[in-house]
Amino acid sequence: MRLRRRALLLAAAGACLAPRVRALQAPAEAAGAQPLLGALPGKLPLIQRAFRPPNFETPLAELAAPFTPNPVFFVRYHLPVIPWIDPARWRLQLGGASARAPLTLSLKELRGGFEQVSLAAVNQCSGNRRGLFSPRVPGVQWGDGAMGNARWTGVRLRDVLRRAGVAPEALEVVFSGADSAVLPQTPLFVKSLPLERALDETTLIAFEMNGQPLPHWNGAPARLVVPGWTGTYWMKHLTEIRIEPRAFDGFWMKSAYRLPTGAFPGARFASQETPETTPITEILVNSLIVSPRAGALLPRGKPAAVSGQAWDGGAGIAAVEVSIDGRRSWREAALGRDLGRFAWREFRMPLDTSSAGPLEIAVRARSRSGAQQPDKLTFNPSGYHDNIVQSVRVEVL
Amino acid sequence: MRSLAAGVALLLALPPGAPAAPAEESSELKDAPGRDLTVGRCILCHSLEYIPGNAPAMNRAAWQKSIQKMRERFGAPITDEEAKQILDYLDANYSGKAS
Repeated sequence: MRLRRRALLLAAAGACLAPRVRALQAPAEAAGAQPLLGALPGKLPLIQRAFRPPNFETPLAELAAPFTPNPVFFVRYHLPVIPWIDPARWRLQLGGASARAPLTLSLKELRGGFEQVSLAAVNQCSGNRRGLFSPRVPGVQWGDGAMGNARWTGVRLRDVLRRAGVAPEALEVVFSGADSAVLPQTPLFVKSLPLERALDETTLIAFEMNGQPLPHWNGAPARLVVPGWTGTYWMKHLTEIRIEPRAFDGFWMKSAYRLPTGAFPGARFASQETPETTPITEILVNSLIVSPRAGALLPRGKPAAVSGQAWDGGAGIAAVEVSIDGRRSWREAALGRDLGRFAWREFRMPLDTSSAGPLEIAVRARSRSGAQQPDKLTFNPSGYHDNIVQSVRVEVL
Repeated sequence: MRSLAAGVALLLALPPGAPAAPAEESSELKDAPGRDLTVGRCILCHSLEYIPGNAPAMNRAAWQKSIQKMRERFGAPITDEEAKQILDYLDANYSGKAS
């Protein structure tokens, strides 16, 4: 019993100290430790990266489905005070220095006053896979599951903004949510979008996710959906939208969620850019091997396949290629149903299990814009945009 | 540490697919000089898993930067003397990255 306890303690300690293994798991799991699972009210057990503010990650196996079910969809907050909102009493304020006709909308008015639209889109946290970064960087140590794909239903932000009257000098649209901090000095989580992105027909104020009212932990009763852009812009529990003639200078725009200027492709956010840094914007082309898991043992002669998801920032996926020989040769995988250019696309390729031995399976996706996943990580201090080609090692026996 | 081992044992004992316990706040940090002060100041705004969770990415310089961010950006009520004690505690117990 003593020995057993000691072994467990060593396993737990090893989670922090073992050298990093580049695999489809955050380091703690790669070192053999079980991730801590916890269930928030209304959610199934998710990987508990932090309890307060809540940061819960979707387990890898749950990312196999075309649409990630609401009870397993990841949860990400910056601030710890998160009110449960009565939809009947919720109000959305629209105003700002460049709004000609400020107004307030109830949920009923929002749902009934504008054309309703649905679209499928990946919601991916900017810091997804930060826990796989090399060298390691501070922040929530996410594995692969700070993302999911859902069908979002709501109204176009641009229809609502037009109702509020967009003045010609408008530059940015600024979004606030209901979550708040303990200390008055802590900056509230407030984000902005360039006007042109706010007016894009795909930017929604959503009140449904996968045909159900938005779950509390995913932004009830209404949240922003910015298909193709990382999750930081998808403001949850929306309370206020301001149309402004100046660049918003809050902490979460000016200091957080920034990349070295020019280091990555993707839309530019000109009003927020400096010579040194620029806001993260679009999701880069990427893929995820969901099955087999790293280290899986595949019975010889039994049919097997590699499968997972591929996605990008809205061009859509053109092809997914698989290598089983250490990235020397590549073959195209079969693609699943096209759910829309902002959704992920399932890929699948049978594996030859006729002879025993190790297999190194690598997967790389290419978008319709021609962008392809890189082999090498572009380091940045906040650990964003890890879209390098991943591989898993398995054994046929 | 005993309860950590018990917790790990409990997790390992769960059959796959078994419902996990409702999520709860961790209040465990390593018992060493400076722990109570660290717990007292940090827990005001966030649960403590952020500390061991970040350990693999942290060294003394990174903890110093983190404490500075909490004080200057987020308004954490920590004096200079307390900041030094918290830094010593975090560095001694939760620095998993080479300096």
